[in-house]
Amino acid sequence: MSPGTRTKLVVLGALGLALVLVPFLLPSAFHLRVAALVWINATAALGLALLMGLAGQVSLGHAGFFGIGAYATALGPKHLGLDPLLSMLLGVAAAAGLALLVGRPILRLKGHYLAVATLGLGILVHLVLVSEVAITGGPDGVQVPRLVLFGWRVAGPEVWYAITGIVLLLAAWIALNLEDSSTGRALRALHDSEIAASVAGVDVARHKLVVFVIAAVYAATAGGLLALFNRFVTPDVAGFLRSIELVTMVVIGGMGSILGAVVGAALLTVLPQALTLFHDYEHAVLGLLIILFMVFLRQGIVPGLAGLLVRRRPA
Amino acid sequence: MSLLEARGISIAFGGLRALDQVGFAVDRGRVLAIIGPNGAGKTTLFNVVTGLYRAQAGEVRLDGREVTGLPPHALAARGLARTFQNLQIFFRMSALENVMVGRHLKERRRLWAELLGLPSVLRENRESREKARELLVFVGLEARAEEPASALPYGALKRLEIARALACEPSVLMLDEPAAGCNPVETEEIDRLILAIARRGVAVVLVEHDMKLVMRISDRVLVLDQGRVLAEGTPAEVRSDPRVVEAYLGRHGLEAARAA
Ligand SMILES: Nc1ncnc2c1ncn2[C@@H]1O[C@H](COP(=O)(O)OP(=O)(O)OP(=O)(O)O)[C@@H](O)[C@H]1O
Ligand SMILES: [Mg+2]
Repeated sequence: MSPGTRTKLVVLGALGLALVLVPFLLPSAFHLRVAALVWINATAALGLALLMGLAGQVSLGHAGFFGIGAYATALGPKHLGLDPLLSMLLGVAAAAGLALLVGRPILRLKGHYLAVATLGLGILVHLVLVSEVAITGGPDGVQVPRLVLFGWRVAGPEVWYAITGIVLLLAAWIALNLEDSSTGRALRALHDSEIAASVAGVDVARHKLVVFVIAAVYAATAGGLLALFNRFVTPDVAGFLRSIELVTMVVIGGMGSILGAVVGAALLTVLPQALTLFHDYEHAVLGLLIILFMVFLRQGIVPGLAGLLVRRRPA
Repeated sequence: MSLLEARGISIAFGGLRALDQVGFAVDRGRVLAIIGPNGAGKTTLFNVVTGLYRAQAGEVRLDGREVTGLPPHALAARGLARTFQNLQIFFRMSALENVMVGRHLKERRRLWAELLGLPSVLRENRESREKARELLVFVGLEARAEEPASALPYGALKRLEIARALACEPSVLMLDEPAAGCNPVETEEIDRLILAIARRGVAVVLVEHDMKLVMRISDRVLVLDQGRVLAEGTPAEVRSDPRVVEAYLGRHGLEAARAA
């Protein structure tokens, strides 16, 4: 078995196990709803992990693509009378189109400049969602109709848990396939040396664009799922804080790691719920925890713990 | 007509004329050495020819076609490969994976098939891995294939770059100081590698400060000084050229002459 295939089996196995076990351990409707949120956030974080961890490119405006997916799902039925699922797919296509369009000039930038340019993109999307009140409903948000598939009304926390879990599993499978391919190797290569990658025949600009579009598709898919699941969206889903949250999920979980993105998403989704105990200090405690994680597991939780385990093992 | 030809290459950085009307030609199976003191413009010439810098004047022809100003990946697709004086390694990847990246152009890279992990992609991964392993054997690094490149010593990384450059089965290989910082044993090893590569029909362009190495394996030598061509000829001609001995080789040249 090739090393890539082994990684695939381990990661998908761990993820599949978690998906099956959670409903047994935490069967309440509330817990299933939180878990579904985790799977949705993890899907978005996974795409960003490909962009940041694999290819070494930053996006501080990724919630913009999340918002496009969410709002397309809400607005398609409202204004055009389209089916919510079709609207979501159109939203994903729109996000991919936007990423393709703005990606080429943006990705020529490096480091801080790239960060600021993507930040600008995210802020722009958020601004449109807030200010185009007639279309988007503005800051008050907008209702999303219930998803109906072939006459079946998709409802209930168990069903949404399953749907979001399966989407995450698919997203992880695709990400793992990408990692273990020519394109994946080229992305990791350009992360380390764009010059050496291009001299080896890698079209660096094209590869950056490809991974940017993939990351946008992941985010928009997650956004659409959130809209269908919550039945309501507000511009916050595309806000700057949301973008930062996504980046934090990736960094805290471990940048180069698929499981890391899921663990990071779980942590940043579950902790705020758990920390409501601290009332006014909720955000301060969350910030403190993030700092502690970064100090003690600098590579991120999953690679950091894996490293500890390997080192502990007797030679 | 030569396989790789550069003519009248000129480039300036601010006021500094790094290259002034420089040209060279190299044929299949031949070794051309480019020598000259520090700052002569050797690496700059490599950077122009491989598409990293854009020259202000001059043209590059590869296999009879004009390729001036093409981006590096397009030149690689036409059979041009190189290594770097200041190592350009993919440090987050294993030695084997570094060489697999060199197989990039030989892979089909159909994105949809890759995203779905189709059997054709897995087969291709396997082929690339095998080819990369063969190349690691060729440069003598097979024992360290699975190690992260960051764990390899300097001399090994130099050879890793050669393996990666060979992975695309180039027709021209440009080596920028492959023996720099290597001990005599490693240098001899690289000497042997270069000759083996040329024997396979690859045109080799070599920048090197080790005069013994240059005199031993080159068919022709181009001497650069302050961005200009000082001399060009066989190793024997260059060695006995008084301008070269005086302006560049100096004491080292006499040593080399005696050593040969
Ligand atoms: N990107 C650049 N910007 C400005 N100056 C440059 C650049 N690249 C090279 N130079 C200058 O061009 C001249 C030639 O440099 P080059 O690196 O080609 O020399 P070299 O012959 O390879 O020397 P060495 O033997 O030290 O490697 C030097 O004066 C160098 O400072
Ligand atoms: Mg140099």
